[in-house]
Amino acid sequence: MSFRARHLLGIEHLAPNEITLLLDLADRYVDLNRRDVKHDTALTGLTQINMFFEASTRTQASFELAGKRLGADVMNMNMQGSSLKKGETLIDTAMTLNAMHPDLLVVRHPSSGAVALLAQKVNCAVLNAGDGRHEHPTQALLDALTIRRAKGRLHRLTVAICGDVAHSRVARSNIWLLGKMENRVRLVGPPTLLPAGAADWGVEVCYDMREGLRDADVVMMLRLQRERMDGAFIPSEREYFHRFGLDAEKLAHAKDDAIVMHPGPMNRGVEIDGTLADDINRSVIQDQVEMGVAVRMAAMDLLARNLRAARSSPEVMV
Amino acid sequence: MTPILFRNARLIDPETGTERLGELGVRGGKIVGPEGLDGAQTVDCSGRCLAPGIVDIGVKVSEPGERHKESFRSAGLAAAAGGVTTIVTRPDTIPAIDTPETLEFVRRRANEAAPVRVLPMAALTRGREGREMAEISFLLDAGAVAFTDCDHVVTNTKVFSRCLTYAASLGALVVGHPQEPILSDGASATSGKFAALKGLPSVSPMAERMGLDRDIAIVEMTGARYHADQVTTARALRRLARAKEADLDITAGVSIHHLTLNEFDVGDYRTFFKVKPPLRSEDDRLAAVEAVASGLIDVISSMHTPQDEESKRLPFEEAASGAIGLETLLPASMRLVHGGHLDLPTLWRALSLNPARRLGLDCGRLSAGAPADLVLFDPDVPFILDRFALRSKSKNTPFDEARMQGRIIGTWVAGTQVYRHDKA
Repeated sequence: MSFRARHLLGIEHLAPNEITLLLDLADRYVDLNRRDVKHDTALTGLTQINMFFEASTRTQASFELAGKRLGADVMNMNMQGSSLKKGETLIDTAMTLNAMHPDLLVVRHPSSGAVALLAQKVNCAVLNAGDGRHEHPTQALLDALTIRRAKGRLHRLTVAICGDVAHSRVARSNIWLLGKMENRVRLVGPPTLLPAGAADWGVEVCYDMREGLRDADVVMMLRLQRERMDGAFIPSEREYFHRFGLDAEKLAHAKDDAIVMHPGPMNRGVEIDGTLADDINRSVIQDQVEMGVAVRMAAMDLLARNLRAARSSPEVMV
Repeated sequence: MTPILFRNARLIDPETGTERLGELGVRGGKIVGPEGLDGAQTVDCSGRCLAPGIVDIGVKVSEPGERHKESFRSAGLAAAAGGVTTIVTRPDTIPAIDTPETLEFVRRRANEAAPVRVLPMAALTRGREGREMAEISFLLDAGAVAFTDCDHVVTNTKVFSRCLTYAASLGALVVGHPQEPILSDGASATSGKFAALKGLPSVSPMAERMGLDRDIAIVEMTGARYHADQVTTARALRRLARAKEADLDITAGVSIHHLTLNEFDVGDYRTFFKVKPPLRSEDDRLAAVEAVASGLIDVISSMHTPQDEESKRLPFEEAASGAIGLETLLPASMRLVHGGHLDLPTLWRALSLNPARRLGLDCGRLSAGAPADLVLFDPDVPFILDRFALRSKSKNTPFDEARMQGRIIGTWVAGTQVYRHDKA
């Protein structure tokens, strides 16, 4: 059993045993992160560049901390508009960075497929930190680790993914991952926020929140992006909260021990009731943040191992 | 000019819908019977196919404005190498071809640079902006064969119906792009499983039917002569069939890419597969192929759209649309023949006879008296396409490294050979 990929661009191309391997390693990093001295040397001497073409606080901080704890030299590049405003193409930006010999490139971009395009042009390992509506693999992995630790397993669970699935890369990566690990996935939301063709994905589609939550082990809420209000996707925030916002009454339709997840940042009172989000008996939202650092450490560790192996025997590099 | 006698040719005649082994004569730039051609140059076809040259409606030559993408010279050479003897150009250049003066420029450049026939279309509205009518009558006098705003749909139905009323009074052909423009705004894929998984902004295939429905209503209202540039979905084809049954003066085309590729060919965001309208589901592709076979779709075209590397090497949503096709139209069409969907005379009805008829040209036939625009080809020769070997300045073909069948051996325009395959 091994993790062979050169980049982490999405969950779509990962095998179930690779997911398990990564989560096992992440478990070990959770322990490390809880110690007083949180340093490891897995990435010592390597350069990690975080390149965010789209605003992010949480994900960027998580990747930065993960890299620093493993001993990498971490640089953050805030790319919103900078070189793009000057007319530089994504490929040119990639070539420029590549010339600086980074080892790990963490990239977020507003266009689906953009991170994969960039990965074709560089010699280092690329981690997708979110591309358009396509994938956000480390989010799905940290969700999986959270579920596995809370439920004791990552298979044969009923998971309801609720809200704006259509515009969500988090949902797509989670659907891939949960499906590969043989779980039952339900998408819940108004039809305007569920993608056309979702019924063909091997998931259940449900337009009613109470029905969608019935007997769920995991309730995964998605962030409703405020800008969606302009496009006539939903009539108002208050009607949305009434029908699809998660509160104690709706959650009662799920299993008694169902956990509540949210990738953050939350809109309290829009997609989730504030009290419920803070309920430490049901909400694992803070655990998700903790698992995020560990999962990113594991992902970068594994990619760095492959990178070093490839560099020491270039003829097997694919 | 020496007369030519083609011998041992498998003659593909779309007019009679037949193919037969025989001889064909050429004298004075016209097709004649094989008799009385003393001293003629003899071409032994060795049983290979001789067909009317292709008439390709909707070719983008990026001149004026973007000559680095394609010029009349490069497009003309690509056409000749692809068996295309008449290219009907689009007016979506920079600036748009919307005045007799710009049209005159196109005709002059085409005459001096292209080895094949070039017939220009002109814009229906000024600047293709959908607000003011172009000078349709002057443009007709200057040689425009049809009027189109290309992929800019005239959203204002009042303007569009007036344009069609005016065009109808002059007998001018209007080429429309059936697409509901607001529903399809910002889309780069067809909605469905593929677009949803890849997270691409997508448009329902229904937008095409909505656009066609509107255009059909305005054609019924105005009596205009109308050609839909591309009909690519089963649901729009049903509307097309009804309009034809109602005896409206309506014809339709489809691009070779929509007949041979589907949405899944995009794969991992391969931008050479980004075309307008976006590639469809396999069911829709098969419906379009069936419609060509039945004659519901009249015309196959390449929708040749050159784009340079810079406009394609971008994230999928940001990349330019369009694919080149002049040189690959014939071999790609052979997929339909080898796949058992069409026979050669039926294919040639859509590649040359119908487009010629729709534009009022007397080519596209093998009968005596027709212009000697001919293509000699072997439908079976296999090859792997190398995009850098293509003659277009831009290399954005979706068939790069694809296995193809069908080799063009020679192309003649008005009895003059404009292309000869070198046996390398």
